[in-house]
Amino acid sequence: MTTQTTTQTVTRADVCVAAVSDAFKDSGEVLAHAVGIVPAIGVRLAKATHTPELALSDGEAFMMAEAPPLLKTAAAGGTPEAWVPFRSIFDIVASGRRHSMMGASQIDRHGNQNISSIGDWRQPKRQLIGVRGAPGNTVNHRVDYWVAKHSARIFVGSVDVASGVGNDRAVGTAGRFHDLGIIVTNLAVFGYDESGLIKVSSIHPGVTPEELQEATGFEIDTSDAPLTREPTSEELRIIEAEDPKGLRFKEVP
Amino acid sequence: MIDKTLPLSEVTSKIESGMTIGIGGWGSRRKPMALVREILRSDITDLTVVAFGGPDVGLLARAGKIRKLVYGFVSLDSIPLDPNFTRARERGEIPETSEYDEGMFVAGLKAGANRLSFQPIRAGLGSDVLAMNPDLKTVKSPYDDEEYVAVPGLRLDVSLIHLNRADAAGNGQYLGPDPYFDELFAMAADTTIMSVEQVVSTADLTAKAPPQTLLVPRIFVNHVVETPGGAHFTLCEPDYGRDEAFQKAYAAAARSDDDWTAFESRFLSGDEAAYQAAVEAFTNEGDTQ
Repeated sequence: MTTQTTTQTVTRADVCVAAVSDAFKDSGEVLAHAVGIVPAIGVRLAKATHTPELALSDGEAFMMAEAPPLLKTAAAGGTPEAWVPFRSIFDIVASGRRHSMMGASQIDRHGNQNISSIGDWRQPKRQLIGVRGAPGNTVNHRVDYWVAKHSARIFVGSVDVASGVGNDRAVGTAGRFHDLGIIVTNLAVFGYDESGLIKVSSIHPGVTPEELQEATGFEIDTSDAPLTREPTSEELRIIEAEDPKGLRFKEVP
Repeated sequence: MIDKTLPLSEVTSKIESGMTIGIGGWGSRRKPMALVREILRSDITDLTVVAFGGPDVGLLARAGKIRKLVYGFVSLDSIPLDPNFTRARERGEIPETSEYDEGMFVAGLKAGANRLSFQPIRAGLGSDVLAMNPDLKTVKSPYDDEEYVAVPGLRLDVSLIHLNRADAAGNGQYLGPDPYFDELFAMAADTTIMSVEQVVSTADLTAKAPPQTLLVPRIFVNHVVETPGGAHFTLCEPDYGRDEAFQKAYAAAARSDDDWTAFESRFLSGDEAAYQAAVEAFTNEGDTQ
């Protein structure tokens, strides 16, 4: 066997995975819910590094002590540790012991998210999947968003159907457990300022502030935004082990 | 023992136009597709459909049989959107919709099953679910300052569910990883029609599987229909997985009028035996390619 020198190149996808992982740093012992390939790898990275108590799902009916191969269910391997069919999920949502990273077809500056339909919902221009669990998730536990193709069509002035509840709508009982965290995109990481408006937390290496503003349908302040951190070599090793086929590059080429 | 078995061909005699129909399963998983196909073959229409939607909703929408749809989502799972459903919505062919958060949908079913007028839930507050359902009301807690969405009880005239096994008395058994909400659909309905892969003796139900798999008690079941392959093309684990090739063909055909006409005449113009034979021919074609 020959000795090989491996040079690890940091890709945009890997930067995104590390940013997802960071989002779960203070989650504690909760069920991680991750929609998308990069988020699915990110929560595995979080569990393997800083938050070992995080509980992972197989996307179907089981909580997994050892996760199955990426994007596969318990039927393909791994070690189940709890049975959580859909009926349990809604009770877990209501208990608050959950942290979601969901997708979004539209997001406005208050963090309102739409996955329901585009246009007038009575007869939409484009019917999407429906609100699914977004209304319940956002008023019950921490919710982050993942946007694989950051564009001005997604980051809009106002959403057509508020599926996930934004900061401006989180009043009264809707605000009691409301907790929007961050938004990771293929260009940047966003958080929210004291008034609940989206603000740039960091810009990914290789992205210019002009490019980011161009791809965002409302004004953002890109001045003083630091670069998103690059994953460590240990993190890169874990990412590669979790995603040996490079499925993440389908989402973030 | 009461024998509740019913031939598939007689199912539509139990359903009338204008009824509220609950359909079990989830997305493209363990859907009572043979029962849905039977409705497609009939002149039953003007239905209120209550479902965690998959191709059941897509097919009924394409056939113009839905007057009102109550749903949290419609998806084919491995294909995110059902083109028949999105087409119907974008053309305004479903006159009325109640789009709920998934948790609200379950709350409505529970209230219906419990004969309660509503169930309180936090989900929905602050979202446009309230705007899209102007009839929805909130309720103030009698104990503190909280205010919840009062999801009205969903009562169903008929529920259609598909399980792996049952006895002739109507005790239904699931053998896959997730029961979904099938027994809740049965409990919320005045009449439940349960199709199964196989009808076996009561003793055989627990010969190889633990009694916890007995999901639906016969006191909530009126008719048992034996329909092998009755969930096709949705999954029915462990009996069979989703027929991904067929689902792809379904979704592709739904995108054009000509392709859909061809799909209908090939797969949906005959009885259930003809459907299953056409599917077998489709599968064999794929195998030889």
